[in-house]
Amino acid sequence: MSQTVTATRALSYLEDGKTLRSWLLTTDHKRIAILYALSITVFFFIGGSAAALIRYNLITPEGALRSAETYNRLFTMHGVIMVWFFLVPAAPVTIGNFVIPLMIGARDLAFPKINLMSWYLFMAGGACALYALFAGGVDTGWTFYAPLSSNYAQGHVVAVVAGIFISGFSTIATGLNFVVTIHRLRAPGLTWYRLPVFIWSFYATSVIFLLATPVLAITLVLLSFERIFHVGVFDPRIGGDPLLFQHMFWFYSHPAVYIMVLPGMGIVSQIIPCFSRKELFGYKFVVWCSIAIAVIGFFVWGHHMFVSGQSPYASIVFSLLSYFVAVPSAIKVFNWLGTMHKGRIHFNAPMIYALGFVGLFTSGGLTGLFLAALAADVHLHDTYFVIAHFHFIMVGGMVSAYFAALHFWWPKITGRMYPETIARGAALLMFLGFNFTFLPQYILGYLGMPRRYHSYPPEFQVLNVLSSAGASILAAAYALPLFYLTWSLFRGERAPRNPWRATGLEWTTDSPPITKNFLVTPTVTSGPYDYNDPHTKLADV
Amino acid sequence: MSEDVAPHTHFQYADARHQADSAIAGMWLFLATEVLFFGGLILTWIFCRHWQPEGFTAGAHETVLWIGTTNLALLLTSSFVYALGQAAIEVGRVRMLVWCCALTAGIGVVFIGLKLLEWHIDLDEHLWPAAARFKLEGGEAAGGRLFWVFYFVATALHAVHMAIGIVAVAWIALRARRGDFGAHWHTPVTVVGLYWSFVDMVWVVLYPLIYVVGRLT
Ligand SMILES: [Cu+2]
Repeated sequence: MSQTVTATRALSYLEDGKTLRSWLLTTDHKRIAILYALSITVFFFIGGSAAALIRYNLITPEGALRSAETYNRLFTMHGVIMVWFFLVPAAPVTIGNFVIPLMIGARDLAFPKINLMSWYLFMAGGACALYALFAGGVDTGWTFYAPLSSNYAQGHVVAVVAGIFISGFSTIATGLNFVVTIHRLRAPGLTWYRLPVFIWSFYATSVIFLLATPVLAITLVLLSFERIFHVGVFDPRIGGDPLLFQHMFWFYSHPAVYIMVLPGMGIVSQIIPCFSRKELFGYKFVVWCSIAIAVIGFFVWGHHMFVSGQSPYASIVFSLLSYFVAVPSAIKVFNWLGTMHKGRIHFNAPMIYALGFVGLFTSGGLTGLFLAALAADVHLHDTYFVIAHFHFIMVGGMVSAYFAALHFWWPKITGRMYPETIARGAALLMFLGFNFTFLPQYILGYLGMPRRYHSYPPEFQVLNVLSSAGASILAAAYALPLFYLTWSLFRGERAPRNPWRATGLEWTTDSPPITKNFLVTPTVTSGPYDYNDPHTKLADV
Repeated sequence: MSEDVAPHTHFQYADARHQADSAIAGMWLFLATEVLFFGGLILTWIFCRHWQPEGFTAGAHETVLWIGTTNLALLLTSSFVYALGQAAIEVGRVRMLVWCCALTAGIGVVFIGLKLLEWHIDLDEHLWPAAARFKLEGGEAAGGRLFWVFYFVATALHAVHMAIGIVAVAWIALRARRGDFGAHWHTPVTVVGLYWSFVDMVWVVLYPLIYVVGRLT
């Protein structure tokens, strides 16, 4: 790693080529991150529109949309788009793609062409899914349970499944790239225990990408075969087993929950020390908890199947392991709190989003324990309690973390500062709107309102109206950054190299960085969270 | 090392060696994902067989043993030939590599040809699992159909991998002829070799599952 790149004049990656071609054929990880960011933003608003229509339908007990069929297609579309085309790729392909090489002092990812290929795969998969969803949609729910999906469902199941299959290979390519990059391209002196927790978290995420996604892929192949030829391995008429589908599906989809949330944990582990001006409390615990979550997460999938008729002995083991996997998550929460303890806390927008993550993730995680309890789950299974639980983790937690990262690294990515006051307002509004939307759903679920129903008994209306009202606040909060971040691209203040006085190699290079990231490969001589300046006052705080 | 840097090294690597090791690591990781891909299939196969042993046994008796065995011999030979080519390029014998690649790809094509013939025979015998008049009847019909679902999914997926491998090996042959490889730098040869051997290994696992286990019971 001793090459020195000579540049006559340091052009930023944004100025290095202005044509459309220079963007669509780029192998620069930073530009590919931008391509991905634009794509997933589109998917986020498509999935969000479906959510808005779901909440609109549930304002009246008989269903404002009238048609249960339409409603089924809407929640399927919402689930499919949000899980596979937003949440699973979101943080890795955008924030991770941009920041990982900068953080480890590398000039690019290990395989830049594969990185570009992964974006084209993602777009191809997305096109398949969007075609299917707009040509009439699918009414199976995002889980595609057989035999509903293989024999009875209406609509374009094979096209959606093909879209997910293809985009799966794009995430495999990303995960593979990250693992090799983190192993092979660290700057001199950047030993494993000097890596920011962000890198460890994305490493753990990548391992899950590599080991879980192929199992989903083969499951979807078998499902498509059965759908097309009306004979297959999930068909009990010829001795197949529908529960086999659920086992295979959740073998991927439970670890996928950690694909979605581990990056968030990495993000807040960067932000909380920076805005508390303190070293991350218990670094090695946080690191090994990430790895523990990735490992244990592979052995808990049966908690989705407690009422499916699987062996009660299996259920007991899955229940116990699900409790175990909560331990490392809880340890991390205490580490973040410990970091803030006696710190000099600055409530900048990224910090507010990060605190939102911690609070909402904790609530979602604790209610997950209710669901992991065998007896309680019989009552709560397939109710709005489950919906509220996983939305607290994925939307409340992970989307907050995504916005936290977007604001934190925005100066690095664009070279501009976002407007701080309005960003803080948006962060608070998001937290408020989120709780307004999903807290009533815990109660609804506890009272027995099942998920995926287009109508409900009138006594549930008050809570449903509250939830829908909250959703409109949440929608406004998600739309705000779209405007002020775009505005900042043109009118925002020019960002210095290190506006937050944060530690980490990414802050030692220009904002926005040059195409090759570093003119001289940096050498690392200290740990990742060297905040020994407790009295520093951040500008504009 | 500076003469190494120029021709084949992307700017994030210190030297050609650093880049070569990374590429090989990447291929190993990709193969790990492939193990889970085929592993999922084989696991469900064994699971279903456990519940339907008679049907699976009856189904397996209908497979064309001689084609499967010939294909096994062909693939093992092809990996051996490719390995010869790899050994040759390590001492700079480019022509030998080109010939070995051509032979490997040729054997691959014969494999696919035999596979098409085998599928043709299977379909003639009414072994397509979705067929209205399926060959097996009575108590063995259900498990038999299930066996043939696995058979067609597994052999089709393997054939797709073979086709990709043939293209990759042919690409290595063309690049070798152009003089891209030498004793000092031949990373793509190694990377494609790993993939080819893996596809070979998949057949080594599928062969007993398809042709042998049912015949032994
Ligand atoms: Cu789960």
